[in-house]
Amino acid sequence: MRLAAQLIDLHKHYHLGEHVVRALRGVSIDFPEGDYVAIMGQSGSGKSTLLNLLGALDRPTSGRYILGGDDVGILSDDRLSEIRNRKIGFIFQSYNLIPQYTVLENIQVPMHYRANHRRITAEDTNRCIDLAARVGLADRLDHRPFQLSGGQQQRVAIARALVNDPEIILADEPTGNLDSATEKEIMEILGGLNAEGRTIIMVTHETSVARRARRQIVMKDGRIEREGLLITANEK
Amino acid sequence: MFVFANLIRSIKLALKSLLLHKLRSGLTMLGIVFGVFSVIAMLAIGEGASAQAQQQVLALGATNIIVLTVKPPADSQQAAGTPRSGRSFGLQYGLLRSDYRLLTGTLPTITGAVPMREIFSETRHLQQTLNARVVGCTSEYLDMNHLQMQRGRFITDQDEADIANVCVLGAQTAATLFPFDDPIGKSIQIKSYRYRVVGVTRERTASAAIGGSLSGQDYNKDVYLPLRTFQARIGDRVITALSGSFSAEQVELNQITLRVRDVKDVLPTAEVVKESLQRTHGDKKDWDLIVPLELLRQADQIRQIFNIVLGSIAAISLVVGGIGIMNIMLATVTERTREIGICRALGARRKDIIQQFLTETIVLSGAGGLIGVLLGLSTPLAFEGIQWIVQDFVLDASSQASPLGRMFTDMQPKIAMWSLPVAFGISVFIGVVFGIYPARAAAHMDPIEALRHE
Repeated sequence: MRLAAQLIDLHKHYHLGEHVVRALRGVSIDFPEGDYVAIMGQSGSGKSTLLNLLGALDRPTSGRYILGGDDVGILSDDRLSEIRNRKIGFIFQSYNLIPQYTVLENIQVPMHYRANHRRITAEDTNRCIDLAARVGLADRLDHRPFQLSGGQQQRVAIARALVNDPEIILADEPTGNLDSATEKEIMEILGGLNAEGRTIIMVTHETSVARRARRQIVMKDGRIEREGLLITANEK
Repeated sequence: MFVFANLIRSIKLALKSLLLHKLRSGLTMLGIVFGVFSVIAMLAIGEGASAQAQQQVLALGATNIIVLTVKPPADSQQAAGTPRSGRSFGLQYGLLRSDYRLLTGTLPTITGAVPMREIFSETRHLQQTLNARVVGCTSEYLDMNHLQMQRGRFITDQDEADIANVCVLGAQTAATLFPFDDPIGKSIQIKSYRYRVVGVTRERTASAAIGGSLSGQDYNKDVYLPLRTFQARIGDRVITALSGSFSAEQVELNQITLRVRDVKDVLPTAEVVKESLQRTHGDKKDWDLIVPLELLRQADQIRQIFNIVLGSIAAISLVVGGIGIMNIMLATVTERTREIGICRALGARRKDIIQQFLTETIVLSGAGGLIGVLLGLSTPLAFEGIQWIVQDFVLDASSQASPLGRMFTDMQPKIAMWSLPVAFGISVFIGVVFGIYPARAAAHMDPIEALRHE
């Protein structure tokens, strides 16, 4: 099976004055294409650091991170930007839409940063409108983020994450700011995307959310503590 | 095409962000608006002042050399007073008819020369009187002073040969002495002789004083006589009655205007004229030389100094405007840290962020520059308003009539067309210079930190 992403003995150290914080201490995971993983763990366990590395926002201190054939650990800042743009779709806890843009413009943002064809064609716009329709916002294209509910904003973010057809979708507490009804809607959309074959890596601390993933990884002290189908019927 | 479309998008985005804070953007822009406006206005005023000076100098003729009689200063009058011939008494000074003959006879570069003699005297027709400038001159005087005839003819060489008792009146002289009649053919009285009027000159704007050595001339209150008639009837000697005593002055010619063949001959010829007069007049400083071309050159240098000084002052305000822009952009960058983080996460490279913020700064300063240019075009109007205020509330009547007051009230700012694109260009340049630092600060933020920023 083809791997969407692969982590090999990943270390990440931060220097805080005299101290060295070892946030990741040798993490190795394979993410086959079409995987749906929930990363869990208490705060300070290293899951945010892992997500930043997976998102190519940061480089590991040692170890390798292979994403769709590229070794992300050794790339330049510009190449990292390109990787983020082309291979990663971000979904954040606080949606992170740009307030002065409309729904459509927000969905278009990643297209502006494409490496080769930055000009947005009519075809591109149609694709954005289709994506908006898929997440149920076809009639809200001209709205601005403050005119939308939290759930709607997160759906815009999902559409934006899909726009450049990424290798993996990274979701950081995607339902952390939402009520349970909306949480269900969002998770259904994510489930639908996975059913289409998209690879989703999600950080969450809620078991109800994590349970929807195919497998769960629990982090502790910068290492993987447990891995696999951890949440079973008897834990409910 | 691709670059162009990208640029359009950048500008659109920049406008969108700037319009989000209309008041803030507007106030920031104001610094540049006034900077550009003052650059254009200052240069326009400088140009206007020098154009005024140039025009006055040009009216004297660029190929002319003017030799003037100057009354020697009081302390040297004792020495100068020694009579040249035994029969004369009183103060004798000034240019001589022999000077005229010497200059016109020996210098090949001189193509024309007009000798002139003037006194101020009462003129009379019936009961109308006027204190006029009575000028003895030759036929070329008309052309050389850019005078035009309104009626009749000017003095001719024939008048000169005949020592005819004829005269030509200035426009105002004619109007004062002949309020109801046609002056042509009638006669006026100057001192004890009568002269027949043969022509009237058209009104001419008075020339202003230049460089302190040539006093302003109002050609409208003149009476022109043939030079030889002047000499025969009025003579060289002028006796002025003062309380209790008489003073006499003896002057042969008041002015000789020399016309030189070509502009390039003007300065060498002037040098020779100076030397030969120095030789004939010795230490007696009773003459002066005015070379309009030299004045023109001086005026041009003064204009350059004006432009540099005024332009620099205005440029300072532009720099202040630039600092204002930088200040606001730095605040904007901090405020939009999160947006920067989002764009970086979605694939924006550092140069994309730099481009975005730099475009914003340039749009801001460029728009300010454009408004400043438009305001600058209204400089003449604004200056007129200032002139009106100064004239009505600051200057009293006597200072208005003073040379400085007249210079101010007569001046018209002249917008230097080159200053418009230059001022606009500087405003854009300032946007670049003061935009780079905030843009770089934005681009070099850690995207992770930026995303976490509240």
